[in-house]
Amino acid sequence: MDVSIVLILLLAGTLVTLFSGKSAGKVALAFGILSLVASIVLLSDYNAGKSINVLATWMENPQIYFALNGDGLSLAMLLLTTSLLPIIIYSTFGSEVKNPSSFYSLILFMGFAMAGTFLAADGFLYYIFWELALIPIYFIALNWGNGDAKERQKAVVKFFIYTFAGSLFMLAGFAYLYTKAGNFLVGNLSNLRLSDQEQFWIFLGFFAAYAIKIPLIPFHTWQAAVYQKAPTAGTMLLSGIMLKMGLYSVLRWQLPIAPYAAKAFMATFLIFGIAGTIYGSIVALRQKDLKKLLAYSSLAHVGLIAAGAYTLTVDGVRGAVLQMISHGFVIVGLFFAAEVIYRRYQTRDISQMGGIRVQAPKFTSMFLILVLASVALPTTFNFVGEFTVLYALSTIDIWFAIIGGLTIILGAYYMLKMFQNVMLGETNAKPFADLTFQEGLTMAVIIGVLFFFGMYPKPINDLITPSIQQILNYTLKS
Amino acid sequence: MNTLLAITGLGVLCLLLEIANVRKAIIPLTIVGLLGTLGITVADYGKVESHYSNMIVTNDFSVSFSALFVVLGIFLIALSGDFYRDAQTKISDFVSIKLFMLAGAVAMVSFGNLSMFFLGIEVLSISLYILAASQRLNIRSNEAGMKYFLLGSFASGIILFGICLIYGAMGTFDIVEISELTGSAELPDWFFIGIVLLSIGMLFKIAAVPFHFWAPDVYEGSPTLTTALMSTLAKVVAMATFYKLLTGMNANIYYEYEIVIMVISIASMTVGNVMALRQASIKRMLAFSGVSHAGFMLMTLLNIKTSAGTLLYYASAYALAGIAAFAIVLYVTRNKSNEDTYNFNGLGKTRPVLAAVLTAALLSMAGIPVFAGFFAKFALFTSNIQAGYLIVVIAAVINSIISVGYYFKVILAMYTQEPTEDKKPVPFLFYAVGVVAILLNIAIGLYPSAVINLIK
Repeated sequence: MDVSIVLILLLAGTLVTLFSGKSAGKVALAFGILSLVASIVLLSDYNAGKSINVLATWMENPQIYFALNGDGLSLAMLLLTTSLLPIIIYSTFGSEVKNPSSFYSLILFMGFAMAGTFLAADGFLYYIFWELALIPIYFIALNWGNGDAKERQKAVVKFFIYTFAGSLFMLAGFAYLYTKAGNFLVGNLSNLRLSDQEQFWIFLGFFAAYAIKIPLIPFHTWQAAVYQKAPTAGTMLLSGIMLKMGLYSVLRWQLPIAPYAAKAFMATFLIFGIAGTIYGSIVALRQKDLKKLLAYSSLAHVGLIAAGAYTLTVDGVRGAVLQMISHGFVIVGLFFAAEVIYRRYQTRDISQMGGIRVQAPKFTSMFLILVLASVALPTTFNFVGEFTVLYALSTIDIWFAIIGGLTIILGAYYMLKMFQNVMLGETNAKPFADLTFQEGLTMAVIIGVLFFFGMYPKPINDLITPSIQQILNYTLKS
Repeated sequence: MNTLLAITGLGVLCLLLEIANVRKAIIPLTIVGLLGTLGITVADYGKVESHYSNMIVTNDFSVSFSALFVVLGIFLIALSGDFYRDAQTKISDFVSIKLFMLAGAVAMVSFGNLSMFFLGIEVLSISLYILAASQRLNIRSNEAGMKYFLLGSFASGIILFGICLIYGAMGTFDIVEISELTGSAELPDWFFIGIVLLSIGMLFKIAAVPFHFWAPDVYEGSPTLTTALMSTLAKVVAMATFYKLLTGMNANIYYEYEIVIMVISIASMTVGNVMALRQASIKRMLAFSGVSHAGFMLMTLLNIKTSAGTLLYYASAYALAGIAAFAIVLYVTRNKSNEDTYNFNGLGKTRPVLAAVLTAALLSMAGIPVFAGFFAKFALFTSNIQAGYLIVVIAAVINSIISVGYYFKVILAMYTQEPTEDKKPVPFLFYAVGVVAILLNIAIGLYPSAVINLIK
């Protein structure tokens, strides 16, 4: 079995779901779980040393391959995608979705494109998947989003044009690399001996695409509005998986292809990342909308992840990847908690909440665990990643670690303050029913994952370390 | 050669059918006939032949482009049936004029002699003048026809003047002889003046900046089907001919000439895109977007020796997306007094398939992957980076970003606005043409080498 099976499953799921009418949600969930099972089988094949890569010629002139690689890093990201997909689909079951067949089919299609991005080993194929992921999320946010239609349109179109613009610079970079290498295979591109000048431009072209997608400040202006306007499932897809496409691409494509530029400008990009964490945390402090607050907290976290990736040390990159995965789970959980409140109160305005604790003890405790995980309390998965990244930063320069470490404090402050305002206080006059079974299960699964890997991160560590080592060998050798 | 004869014969047959009073059979018969012609054309692939002392030369270039024109012709004629439903008495005229125009188009890519080229371009242009003015009782159509005729005949005159100067310099109309002469001795100045005049005429035909002023007005005023024809078929014909003229006559273009082409290309993209952002009418929007696509296609001239395949691919991607888009525009603007974007409100709810086709067509024009338009742009970028024209590539990238703005305006209208009117029945052929065109577009998008390697 090779990695294309997951893509085939997700694509087939897209089509079947599109024509399955009212039961679309269940069909989509089934396909989501199937692809998760398939990825686990692939993982065991990989660990058993079997080859799961695909290499077929797609076109001869220009030379383009249908090449998918499942190394540790790709598989980790694939598992993140396929395990979050069923959770996201399942989490929508409590709320009413109009036109469900298109909705779920778009979610699966989005999963297909994102899985493809993580697996592709040919730059051209990678670019196609990368762009393809944009179309479903555009329609999901546009058609199933909330708030004023005009404002939503503005936010979504801005998002699309922004990310599309960044991607085109990456495309120009790939076109240039193709004229040098004669094909797009990641191995060949990484072995190119580009001059410093060339590397600088390639790095910059890729940076345009990734900085917007991740997003790093000052390219983040699309983010908060889209998170707020998109339906919760769309926000989960964006924050849980799609942001990681940018971070993953930095590791897979940007660093190995332009190692000189990566080293020469390391300090600059570290500052970009750390500035983002501080900025995100401070802005989050002042948010009145729950989803916007989470959006800015996400901005702060990905800033730190990006900083970890740009340290170019094994620890930093490993921490970044761990944090990518843990952040994916925790942010999906937090957005789901926001959705749970919205289902009962029809509002995302923090000032209208409060006093939920007495009425809903189960929800309160689960929400609290997620909040604590998000601020990287020890024994949660997030602690492992965040701590590793901070350690790596301290090996570069202690000040980076100190300033970066501020985010933990600031994060604790705004998250706990938010929790206080939302959950505690005098009992709210409006009734708040405690979690239904479906909601409880969704949150329990997420919390389970966070605790399990928080206490036992070794399997993921072992999975990703060899491929990180390999990427850094490319990057550091020249 | 066979293609040309078959198409002309079909045109005459069309007129005869009217006399025989079997009006209903005209469109089905023409489509079948054109499918046959397509077969004949494809059968010629791989052969190099010349006829009538080099008047007509068929080679891979001419065969590939002729095949594309015939395919586009089939789509356009399939759309005619419903479009001319109120003018059934004149259907044979409209269809046969389109066929004659197609004959002109084929002549334009298979000429071996400048006089044949001029004959082709006149047959094409005169048919277009007639079609632009074909709604006799509509003042806008009359205006469009008149404008196009006046400006177009100026352009033809300039082309003719250019041909005369080239003849004066070289003493022959035969392009093979001309290209041999350009390689040898000192060239007289008026040869270059002739080339410049010829280029101006052709740039007018493809509506490149600064010769684009006629396009929006003529596109808007003409009957929508004629607009579809002008913005897809006529544009790619003119572009292919321009390419053939330049490659055929002087293989080594001078550096200064390339600079001029580069400036015109960047100007066309930019002006076309910026103006398209501000249009309310979708016809004008597509006209300006056509101007910008002309700028993209001009990029192939910067890398002229190797870019014939790229041009063919870009032309196919653009024209197929254009046909699919116009099939939907034709449906939506049936019985409407204007073609403004608000007519598309809520199409995603009332007619999801049609809305999806139009969305796909616009995404292809914007250059989003899987659709052919993406690969076309990518191939252009690669070949121009190879030729060392990085500035054009950067301009093209920036312009692709701008273009998303106006293509998405229509998509937004279809999916986020409430429908303003009830469902209307959709003629089957509109569905068929839209879906088939977009499927072809996706097919060549998934397997580009099938088209791009046709011309070596």
